Amino acid sequence: MAEILHPTKALAVNPLKTSQPIGASLAFLGLANSMPLEHGARGCTSFNKLFFMRHFHDPIALQTTAMDHVIAVMGADGNVVEALATICTRNRPSVIGLITTGLSEMQGADIQRTVAMFRTRFPGYDDVAVIPVATTDTIGCLESGFARAVEAIITTLVPPTPSIIRHRRRVNVLASAMLTPGDVEAIKSVVNAFGLTAIVLPDIADSLDGHLIEEGFSTLTYGGTPPASIAEMGQSAATLVIGPSMYKAADLLHARTGLPDYRVASLIGLDGSDAFCRALSEIAGCAVPPIIERQRSQLQDAMVDCQFQLGGARVAIAADADLLCALTGFFTDMGADVVGAVAAGRAAHLVDLPIASVVVGDLEDLEFLAREGRADMIVTNSHGAEIARRQQTALLRAGFPIYDSFGAHTVTRAGYAGTRQLLFETANLLAGHYQEIRPYRSRYWQGTPREDEVTC
Amino acid sequence: MKTDELLALMNEPACAHNAKSKSGCAKPQPGATQGGCCFDGARNALLPIADAAHIVHGPIGCAGSSWDNRGTRSSGADLFRVGMTTDLSDMDVIMGRGEKRLFKAVRQAVETYHPAGVFIYNTCVPALQGDDIETVAKAAAERFGVPVVPVDCAGFYGNKNLGNRIGGEAVYKHVIGTREPDPVPASAQRPGIVTHDINLIGEWNVGGEFWAVAPLFDELGLRILCTFSGDSRFREVQTMHRAEANMVVCSKAMIQVARKLQEDYGTPFIEGSFYGIADTSRAFRDIAGMLNDPDLTARTEAMIAREEAKVEAALAPLKPRLAGKRVLIFTGGYKSWSIVSAMQDLGMEVVATGTEKSTEEDKARIIELMGPDAKMISDNDQIALLQTFRECRGDILIAGDRYIYPTLKSRIPFLDIDHVRRIGYAGYDGMIELAGNLVHVAHSPVWKKVQTRTEAQRQAA
Repeated sequence: MAEILHPTKALAVNPLKTSQPIGASLAFLGLANSMPLEHGARGCTSFNKLFFMRHFHDPIALQTTAMDHVIAVMGADGNVVEALATICTRNRPSVIGLITTGLSEMQGADIQRTVAMFRTRFPGYDDVAVIPVATTDTIGCLESGFARAVEAIITTLVPPTPSIIRHRRRVNVLASAMLTPGDVEAIKSVVNAFGLTAIVLPDIADSLDGHLIEEGFSTLTYGGTPPASIAEMGQSAATLVIGPSMYKAADLLHARTGLPDYRVASLIGLDGSDAFCRALSEIAGCAVPPIIERQRSQLQDAMVDCQFQLGGARVAIAADADLLCALTGFFTDMGADVVGAVAAGRAAHLVDLPIASVVVGDLEDLEFLAREGRADMIVTNSHGAEIARRQQTALLRAGFPIYDSFGAHTVTRAGYAGTRQLLFETANLLAGHYQEIRPYRSRYWQGTPREDEVTC
Repeated sequence: MKTDELLALMNEPACAHNAKSKSGCAKPQPGATQGGCCFDGARNALLPIADAAHIVHGPIGCAGSSWDNRGTRSSGADLFRVGMTTDLSDMDVIMGRGEKRLFKAVRQAVETYHPAGVFIYNTCVPALQGDDIETVAKAAAERFGVPVVPVDCAGFYGNKNLGNRIGGEAVYKHVIGTREPDPVPASAQRPGIVTHDINLIGEWNVGGEFWAVAPLFDELGLRILCTFSGDSRFREVQTMHRAEANMVVCSKAMIQVARKLQEDYGTPFIEGSFYGIADTSRAFRDIAGMLNDPDLTARTEAMIAREEAKVEAALAPLKPRLAGKRVLIFTGGYKSWSIVSAMQDLGMEVVATGTEKSTEEDKARIIELMGPDAKMISDNDQIALLQTFRECRGDILIAGDRYIYPTLKSRIPFLDIDHVRRIGYAGYDGMIELAGNLVHVAHSPVWKKVQTRTEAQRQAA
């Protein structure tokens, strides 16, 4: 049971949080032939596009309604309709995510009505799904924006009544913002190992894994969940839900499809992965396949090998709530001491963390906790590099954005195999950072005088 | 910001094309546009002032995804890299608490980080709310005894260029002229050499590239009062009015600062660039020319001859590998012509250049360099750009960061020259670096390998 602390600072210093529109955009980047459209000023989108490009090392489909100060006062409905029509004409997407920002929300944009306006004026584009989602950046964070978008996708694309068709060998997976393309890829292969296929919502493994295509550059996403598959989610056998931020979306999906769902908070670590495999085993009606069993025992072996390195290690973590909980669980399971935990935004499940307190705050708070707690390692995004340098700790990069190393999108920490890699990575970082005892020389020393000793 | 103030910023007498109508740039088309906003431009202009606190007044969207994302470098103070924002919440907006929060935020920044000055950047949400950041800045400066500079640069006022100007304007109004320069220390004096004070306006020290040029200024006895704003300090910006000459480095973005210094203090200015051998030499010559010091002029010529010989020798083995390569340059503003000159120095053929953020005068320079048939691309559409590249039978594309991945996805050799890069290309040494990197990019074995297909791909095609 953790106490949730809200520092009363007027100034956020070294923000950990990124905005809801970014999270919503990320969710739409996991859909096929998709274009997220942010309803705000041009700068919002410019920043967000660069943010994703530097993280994923890929072109990013992202557009803006380009509000200016006159439109902000006089009404921006025209801009929204024009933007939707322009994207439909120029890019021919299957889906457009219409994402509000702090600016359009403050102005009072009614995007549902504006979409209806667009439909009336441009009936020729009825085949393009337009999914409106309200994501002001005056509340929430990336994770909550992502979750809201997934909820909006379900509301818009999944039929409201259960289907009579049933694909026994197919499952739905609702994948939280904490999962990397590498994680999602790993999840799909575990599902496949049980003889099942998965509709992952959203499938950033298919769109943001970084792969070349024959056509070269595309203005839309390079893959992702096809909207047609989302419409058929009600025909699957069950739904697997990963990450507490997805639970509300899971409720919505359940209400529409009536399908049983299996919820796991995290796939980092033995317990979460066990729960996930139990669920798959039940759905598939078969035992856990040998290859997965093998991965489990490999992970246990790694836990034994690394327990000394991680046991008692002092770790401070800052991330969005789902990832924070997953990583805190991982470290406490290994006997490490989580001396600081900072969440970018509020979440109900933070109180369940097995530590004394969680701060909802920024990286200045993380730095304070790391210093006070004499942390050996901090775990956060690339902005943590400066903090690690100042506080002389190791840094494990996790979350968004990671702009100072290649391959952030391929990092896989979910499942038995992913957890094993994370264990080794963490143990190596801690070992590399270990400060050995400084040599002491007695005042009665009789060996060679220090200045005459040969060193290389 | 009031409409007449915005119009005043668009009215720039120092620009040759100022007689044209003041409609500003064409309105961006919703759904088919990209590029930054005023806030982006204003903060870029001022962020390199390294010992100041830079507070973004707005919800998290503005600072959250963009703090500490610049390639600009400091030789010491690093407060500018600390991200600060009022992170306005729903309740702040609904209850109108923004101004109060901002005031307290300045207090917190001053008490925790002891900045030499504080910049407050306004953004769309508080601008729409009507927060009076000017009054908050005044009250906070009086209360906390630190200069607080309001920068009213809400993103929706316009594009990045306008933001640059707003940034320059804020500094001109509130900072420049508030302190006298220190006397030249005796240790820096050299017999027979008169020290001249100058400013550089619009040099951002991306990747520390100005440090490749700065020693040459020292050698010539040119004291840079302020590099506005790369690796600068608040107290340096305060003294900019005392320079004997100014050089505007980044095209027109901040030319009004130079123009106003000329009007108010009689300081002459030139425009130039440190990209390419010819331009670097011309910049030094032009600066010396403004200072009426025959000895300086002679020493400048000697330095140019020495540096040019050195760089020519270093480039000799690289040039044959670049000669005749066809390059397409797509960047904004001044780089559209300054990089053209750098490529021509290397014997490469510039087949087209982008003019997305270029002014009329930038375009005139392009024509001067590339001839009247110069192909200029103003459309900032990536597909159109790639198409042009193919039509022009280009070998290398040089562009800013927004074009990296579309280009690489298309398997086209690419060199990044944007402001987030970590590699410096300025000055004579920068030219050697640039040539070396161009050779690596143009001759990378990867381009051939990624054209190969598997059997399945061949059949599909």
